[in-house]
Parts: sequence; structure tokens; C-alpha cells
Amino acid sequence: MSEHTKDNSAPTTIAVDLQDERVMRGEGLGGVVRGFGTRVRTGDLGSLPVFLGLIVIWVVFQILNPRFLSATNLVDLTLQCAALGVIALGVVVVLLVAQIDLSIGSLAGLSSAILGVAFISWQWPIWAAVVVALLVGAAIGYVYGFLFTRFGVPTFVVTLAGLMGFLGLQLWVLGPTGTINLPYNSWIVQFATTWFLPPWLAYTVAGLVVLAIVFTDVSKARRRAKSGLSTGPVSLIVIKAVVIAVVAAAAITWLATNRGVAVSFLLFIVLVAVMALLLTRTRWGRWVYAVGGNEEAARRAGINVKGIYISALMVGTVLATLGGLMLAARLTAASISTGGGTTNLVAIAAAVIGGTSLFGGRGSAWSALLGIFVIQSIDNGLTLLSLDSSVRFMVTGAVLLLAVIIDSLSRRSRAQHGQA
Amino acid sequence: MTNPAVPAPAGTAVSQRKGAAVALASDLDEQHDAVREPVLSIRSISKGFGAVRALTDIDLDVYPGEVVALVGDNGAGKSTLVKILAGVHPADSGVITFNGAQVSIPSPTASRELGIATVFQDLALCDNLDVVANLFLGRERGGVLVDEELMEEQAWTLLRQLSAKIPSVRIAVASLSGGQRQTVAIARSLIGEPRVVILDEPTAALGVAQTAEVLNLIERLRERGLGVILISHNMADVQAVADRVVVLRLGRNNGVFRTADVTYEDIVAAITGATDNPVSSRSAANSAGKDAE
Repeated sequence: MSEHTKDNSAPTTIAVDLQDERVMRGEGLGGVVRGFGTRVRTGDLGSLPVFLGLIVIWVVFQILNPRFLSATNLVDLTLQCAALGVIALGVVVVLLVAQIDLSIGSLAGLSSAILGVAFISWQWPIWAAVVVALLVGAAIGYVYGFLFTRFGVPTFVVTLAGLMGFLGLQLWVLGPTGTINLPYNSWIVQFATTWFLPPWLAYTVAGLVVLAIVFTDVSKARRRAKSGLSTGPVSLIVIKAVVIAVVAAAAITWLATNRGVAVSFLLFIVLVAVMALLLTRTRWGRWVYAVGGNEEAARRAGINVKGIYISALMVGTVLATLGGLMLAARLTAASISTGGGTTNLVAIAAAVIGGTSLFGGRGSAWSALLGIFVIQSIDNGLTLLSLDSSVRFMVTGAVLLLAVIIDSLSRRSRAQHGQA
Repeated sequence: MTNPAVPAPAGTAVSQRKGAAVALASDLDEQHDAVREPVLSIRSISKGFGAVRALTDIDLDVYPGEVVALVGDNGAGKSTLVKILAGVHPADSGVITFNGAQVSIPSPTASRELGIATVFQDLALCDNLDVVANLFLGRERGGVLVDEELMEEQAWTLLRQLSAKIPSVRIAVASLSGGQRQTVAIARSLIGEPRVVILDEPTAALGVAQTAEVLNLIERLRERGLGVILISHNMADVQAVADRVVVLRLGRNNGVFRTADVTYEDIVAAITGATDNPVSSRSAANSAGKDAE
């Protein structure tokens, strides 16, 4: 490296990855902002449209009904997001390998039925019922993966069969009564309805998260500098941390005027963050994207493609069963309608609205969070306006269509700018 | 001479030189043997698919720091030979010696682990991943979490060694040109420190400048002391970079030439197996037509 710098003055100031004259070098914070502007103009929108869309939705509903952004309603919104968000997170992983799981609603219903029967009828401890439900979910995901990788049955068909089959199994498990009420004082119901973080704990958690983000950013910048790579401006790390801290503090303070931050919502956020870490920083995550992008390339690179398919489908089914347990706990009952109706489509729509491509290889765990917020905000807002469910379905459908159109347009723009 | 359009002197010259070239090739091998061992040596490889003999008694040597062009018409058995070396198909009979030891190559993983890297024609890159992720796909560095900084640093080191013209390693492979994609695919084959690199039609879909880029890259592989097997239909490329040309015809060896001593017509004659081949008759007809004018 020392020889390299002696005969050439440029590398002494320019990092290894920025030496090519074609790379646009943005200096400092202004460069970062300009780089972002360029990316957006060339169609690399990321989650920007969803973010703007969410803000528009919130502003519109707040104008139509001032109760929308009240602490009471926002706490309700977080509770409504948690269960379906967990299911949507599983859908994201399945979509990333370019497959689909249509049976998530039935699986959610089946797991709630297992919880009800095992806990109430058989008097099992709750944890045992939860573990059995999750194991059943994992086993179903394995069977889906086996049928897909061994016999080449498309997952669309396998999970369509699962949709009907496990709906039947749910009805059979529940038996003739069709509904099993969960006692209100059981911990799982308490967890989903009345457990909230006390403000001091919420602030502490948020503070630790911000510290962790700063620590990761700084150590990453340090490692990059050590490797002779470019590092972003320090001011960006500071601004990012301050923005996250302010937003988190404001949200916690506002929610704390009512009940506060729900533990079930925190569980959802933690699952999203863990999944984001798994997808972006581990081999498994890298291989999920590789299989979704080009299956043959992944196979030739020596990746266990079948294993990736099976594991992705299992993540989808396990998170669907977990979401089903959370749904049942929130509604304090396992019934034939749990996981029925729109659960399937809401979870899939949330993943797509959040920016995960239906064609595989593109998207992130955070799209489940954004997407479910958009859908549940619309649902919640229209309910506040006492509009009929007919209108709610139509509006949600229109938003889904809009999200997919924006995605297609940005894909076309990326292709035109050579970034498809 | 069945074709009267072919001038007799040229025809005899080709057939004479063909005999000379085969003799010369065996001399060459002896010279090589005196200096150093071939890194990859195959003897009497045969392979059949049902009733079809795809390969019969094929011999091939690759020395370190040497580019061997493997040429032949469609159906000559080039791809079958490559697939045997890449571990896609097993050979029916014959001996493969790698690094002086007799080996068998039952699977693609076995081929990779031996130190044979194959870059197939359809590069097999993940368009949605960036250059670093593609280079290290299946061989990610780091512990539980992948070490992005280490991989990016190594990616730059490797690409600089190859003088590769990739503007940024953090852009998706989809946004690279054909030549850059070929560069990434070849660079990726070097990640596992191979001894032999097999390139299947690396310049097939490339423009003039990009072809030159890839040819430079092949020369750099040779400078690194790797054995390179280059499969190409483009005789200009073969003559530009190859040290030796191995011709296959109908699944058999049909001559080994030292590139410096051989003309385009000689190679074409060996590929088509006749002096009265369509390529020669076209050029002869053209020159005859010019004479008539």
C-alpha cells in the first residue's frame, strides 16, 4: 500500500472504492443528500413512496377526524398492527425467494385452534400449547418445502391446497362449538391486550437501541477506514442517531399519555429487526436473496438451494402460526373466523405495499412494518369515520393497486437508468 | 481435390502442414515435459450418451501459465469435455491427472475443490446482488455475521490485480455492461485460488472493446501462472491469446497446434476435417472471382 501511495498522489486522499473516475464522489453531508436525490430521480425509490404515502394517509385522516392521531387511537393502531405484521414478516421472507404462501390465514386459524383446544379443553399449560402450535407451523412449512423441492409442485398450488386443507383442520380441531374463549386473566391474553411498557422502560429500551445503532455505525466506519474504504460523513451518523432518538422519544411520550407502548408491538418490532439482521448480515440472508434473484447462479455457487427454499417457507409458516396465536390472544378467543376473511390478503398486501417484490430477490424485513402500518391506518381511519366495511375493502384494494403501480414504474425507471 | 475451385498448391500446402503440425505438437509436449509438469492432464477420456459417442480417446494437457484454446465445430464435444472437467458429467473411461495425482471428478464441488474453476457461458450472476456479494457468493467471509468490509477490500484488491474496469463494487450486477459482467464472473472464479480456469465462450456476446478487455483479462490469468482452457468459436480471439490450439472433431482429437506456427486456414481445416470445407471454398471462390475480373 505504501508503494502505491508514493507513486500516485490521488490514493492518499481517495479511498480504494472511490478511485474510479466514473464514480460520483459526494463530499460530506451535501454529497449524501445529492446522492439520495440522484437515486430517487433514477427510480431507486426504496421505501420513500410508502413513507410519503403513510404521512399523507395520516394527515388526511387527522383532518377528517381529529381523533385519528390521538394517543388512544394510535395505541389501538399498534395493537392492531402487531399480529398481522408478524404474519406479513413471514410473507416477506417467502416472497424474497420468489415463492408465495397463500395458506398463512388458515395456519393462523389452525394455531389459534390448537392453542384453544390444548389450553382450555386439555388443560395444558399455555407455553406447551404455544410450542406445539409453532412446531406444527414449522412441520407444515417443511412439508411445503419438501413438496416444492422434491416434486416441483409450485408453492402457489401447494399452499392453495394448504389454505383449504388447514381451514378444514382448524374447523375439525375446534369441534362443534366453533369458538373457544380464552380466559381474560391468562398471560397470553394479558400479553396481547394489557401489557404495556412503563415509560421509563420504554425510554431505556429506545436509548439502548440508539446507542447500539451509533456503536454499529461507528465501528463499521472504523473498519472501513482500516480497510482503506470510503466512510460516510460523521455528521450523518450523528443526524441519523438524533432523528431516531427524537422520533422514538416523541412517539413514546405521546403513547404514554394513554396506555403506552404495547409489549406485543415491541415483540413485532424486535422480530422485524432480528429478521433484518438475518437477511442483511448473515450467509443465510445473502443466500435467500441469491436464490430469489437467480436460482441457477445460487446452485452453481454451491449454495444449498433446496435448504434455502425449505427454510424460507418454514419461516413463513412459523411466523404465520405465531401471528395466529397473537390474533387469538388479542380477541380472547379461538374461533372459526380467526385467520379467516381478509387475514391472508392483508398480510400479503402489507408485504407488497411495503416494497417487497412479488418476483423475488428484492425487499427488506422493514417492508412488513411499513406495509402493515399503511393498511391498518387505512382500516383504522375508515372505521373511525364509521364507514362500512365495503368502503374499507375498496380503499385498501385501491391502495394495493397504487403501491404495485409505483413499484412497476420505479422498476421501469431503474431499467432505463441501467439499475434493473 | 473434389472441388475444382480450390487451387491445387494451396490444398497440398494445407495437408502437408497439418501433418507437420501434429508432429510438432508432440515435440512441443516433450519440450514442456522437460521443463515442467502439466497442471492438468487427461488421457483417453471417452464419454457416451446412449448410442452416441460424444468423446473418444481425448488427450489434453494444460501447463501452468498457458492458455490452451479448445476449438471445434458444434457437436465436436467441447462442451462435454468441459462438463467432465467441471464435474457435471462423469467420464466413462480415461484418466485425469491433476497436479501429478490421478483424480476423479464426481461433482461440481469436487471440481472446485481440486482447483478447477469453470466460467460457463451464461455467467450465472445474481442481478439483484452487488458485485461484492456476487464475487463471494457461497464463500462469504466472516464469522456468524458476514464481514462486508473485508470482502469489499479483497474485491478491490482482486479487481485491481486484473485491471478490471468496474466503477463501483457496491452497485447491482444488473447495471454492469456485458464485458463488466464477464469480468465479475471470471474474477469470481479466482476467489477459490484455482490452478486451472475454464472459460466457455467468454467473448461470445461482447463488443469490440469489451472483447479486448476480456482478452487482456485472460492474459493476466496466464501471468498469474494459471492454466487457462479457452473455448471459443472466434479464431481471431484464439490466435490473439492462446499459446496452443487443441482441435476436436466429432469427439476425437484432430490436431494440436502452437498458435505462433499456424494459420487461420490450418485451424479451420482441422476443425472441419477437410480442405474442401465451406470456409475455404468461400474464400477460394472469392479470390477466384477477383482473378476473373
